[in-house]
Amino acid sequence: MSQKITNAGRTQSNAIECLNISEKKVGLFVTCLVNTMRPSIGFASITLLEQAGCTVEVPELQSCCGQPAFNSGDDEGTRQIAYQTIKQFENFDYVVLPSGSCAAMIKKNFIEVFKDQPQWLARAKHLASITHELLSFLVDVCHFQPNGIELDGSYTYHDSCSGYRALHVYEQPRKMLSKVKGLKHKPLNSHAECCGFGGTFCVKYSDISNAIVAEKVENVLATEADYLLGGDMGCLMNIAGKLNREGHKEIKALHTAEVLAGLAPQILGGKDAS
Amino acid sequence: MQANKPEDFYQNVSKALAQPDLKKIIRRTTDKAEAKRAEAIANFPEFDNARSQGQKVKDHTIKYMEHYLAEFEKNALAQGTIVHWASTGEEASKIVLDICRQHKAKKVTRSKSMLGEEIGLTHAFDNSEMERIETDLAEHIIQLAGDPPSHIVWPAMHRSREDVVKLFREFHADPTYSEEITDLVRSARRDLRTKFLTSDIGISGSNFLLADSGSSCTVTNEGNAELTITPPKVHIVTAGIEKLVPSMAHAVPLLRLLTRSATGAEITQYITFHNGPKRPNDADGPQECHIVLVDNGRTKMLAEGMEEMLRCIRCGACMNHCVVYKHIGGHAYGSVYPGPMGSVLTPHLNSLEVANKQTHACTMNGRCEDVCPVNIPLPKLLRSLRAQSWQKKYEPLLNRFVVQSFAAMAKRPRLFQLLSSCGVIVMKVFSRKGWIKTMPFTSGWTRNRDLIEPESTTFMHQYKKMKKTKNGGA
Repeated sequence: MSQKITNAGRTQSNAIECLNISEKKVGLFVTCLVNTMRPSIGFASITLLEQAGCTVEVPELQSCCGQPAFNSGDDEGTRQIAYQTIKQFENFDYVVLPSGSCAAMIKKNFIEVFKDQPQWLARAKHLASITHELLSFLVDVCHFQPNGIELDGSYTYHDSCSGYRALHVYEQPRKMLSKVKGLKHKPLNSHAECCGFGGTFCVKYSDISNAIVAEKVENVLATEADYLLGGDMGCLMNIAGKLNREGHKEIKALHTAEVLAGLAPQILGGKDAS
Repeated sequence: MQANKPEDFYQNVSKALAQPDLKKIIRRTTDKAEAKRAEAIANFPEFDNARSQGQKVKDHTIKYMEHYLAEFEKNALAQGTIVHWASTGEEASKIVLDICRQHKAKKVTRSKSMLGEEIGLTHAFDNSEMERIETDLAEHIIQLAGDPPSHIVWPAMHRSREDVVKLFREFHADPTYSEEITDLVRSARRDLRTKFLTSDIGISGSNFLLADSGSSCTVTNEGNAELTITPPKVHIVTAGIEKLVPSMAHAVPLLRLLTRSATGAEITQYITFHNGPKRPNDADGPQECHIVLVDNGRTKMLAEGMEEMLRCIRCGACMNHCVVYKHIGGHAYGSVYPGPMGSVLTPHLNSLEVANKQTHACTMNGRCEDVCPVNIPLPKLLRSLRAQSWQKKYEPLLNRFVVQSFAAMAKRPRLFQLLSSCGVIVMKVFSRKGWIKTMPFTSGWTRNRDLIEPESTTFMHQYKKMKKTKNGGA
């Protein structure tokens, strides 16, 4: 921002150059679930970040944030994955992920596994300091508001636990969604309660996870909303998968970024976003 | 009800999930506890300050444990209390039973103490010639039913009112035929009153031990601790060494946190500081006082970097807010201490080999840490126990193999991308109308829910293609 101010008053071509300098260079970590299951969330993220004035790059050598290894207690495996991520992303101004839980992994947990490696610890800390969850980044850092997006119907919001508790993502998505024309919010009962996904938990303790998500589904259905929105693909897959298994087709699960980027009609029509 | 074993966690869970009303029964208590706690915290704007103050008090005392233990012992002795030290639960139980036998006790009353359960005192009495009488209403109910406790604050929460009606009719000498709560409580009161007055020895736990006076503090609602302690000739306190605080002034912020976090009350009906045997001018009180200070794995926790867990004041808020506890209940954990705090404690009281499955029964949603009145980072501690299990290879082989294979792929991004693309192709084969109902190697997921069909190709594939077209076009 300071560059913008000092450079004010130059010729127009210079001003454009200056704007470019002030642009935020963002590295997008799409996350493995988005990469394999729902690329449209990645494209929606690029669209939104560009609309918010960022230059977006997607490093091709990215894989997973390392949560499955970390949460299983495999510290060495986590480190091996984290080395890659740190090298790929540490030179950006910002690293953004369309997932609260993967963002929290980099922001909060990388430092846990590098306690005894001071050099990597410093790099992990730097990466943590530039890493953001997408929806909170758009509002808190870019002061972005969607413009001209329409979607008829009502939505209820599932706050993913990592986003909500570890990163305090709560108001930001609701604030942006309030600018979507035609879309109404229906509050979700027990919104702060886990959906039972929990990464490896949902397969390790499939039946406990099932009992938890069944209850979440009851709460979601009780809202009678048309859309279930959230900021984490894992939770959305879990709740949507249970809704479908129980034959409830009336409520569609979408990532908030997909709605904000105006991709909802296309996705609901069954087309790829790219 | 036979007590479950921690090593049978998987079977315990299946049993719990098959119990049709369990969830409703648990929710009846936890939902109320959650709401009342939230209200109490909302009316206590100093909560965050109190919480860090409470944490500091606990951390300080734990850091200087030796000093405060010595100070406590000195002051307790000066009051006329006899101090015993027990390094294991067994040792602690033996000390208690020996004292009772020296006094030729026949009847022993006990006010609720989870430490008593932890050290196996209830079983030790049941296998002895002495009669054990639980005087806390909930403990009274589970004693009649022969159940282990299912919660540290409401040990009988798994029993319905109908159960209690039946139990009281069967066991009380002068039972009520009403099903009103007031009448049921009166029935228990009648039954217990004579027992209080004829007991030879009263045993209590302790919520706080004050180092500068040698006093022990009990926090209750029913007044049963006072009636357990005062009439008999002998009073025995069993307490974990982590109950220590420097002084009354240090106990106060913890008391404010404890009652609000446990039941949402600003204060309980009774908070009593017990100060040794009856003095010459006292109207009543025991003639002899003993305190058994129990380690049972606590100093080991300190040595192994788990000191944050020693802050725990046993309020139960973590389990009331735990989504897993709410579905499987306390008995499934196979330990006196269920839920998040129990999953951290049990591996230390028992062994990690026996109780490592519980450390994985957590979605890492962070709610327990959020509500903990002394800021115990429960998810972090659970994860560090998982890391220990991993190193010691306690994990089931298949889990290990899957996680290791995943990590091996994820550290090679090119391979990871390639395999992700293959994964999409395979999933497409099994997809019908946008969903996968079943597919090899995904039963953990598809047993209970459908898997969404992926898009045509991976993000990376689509992204590269898009960039190519863009660059080609330009």
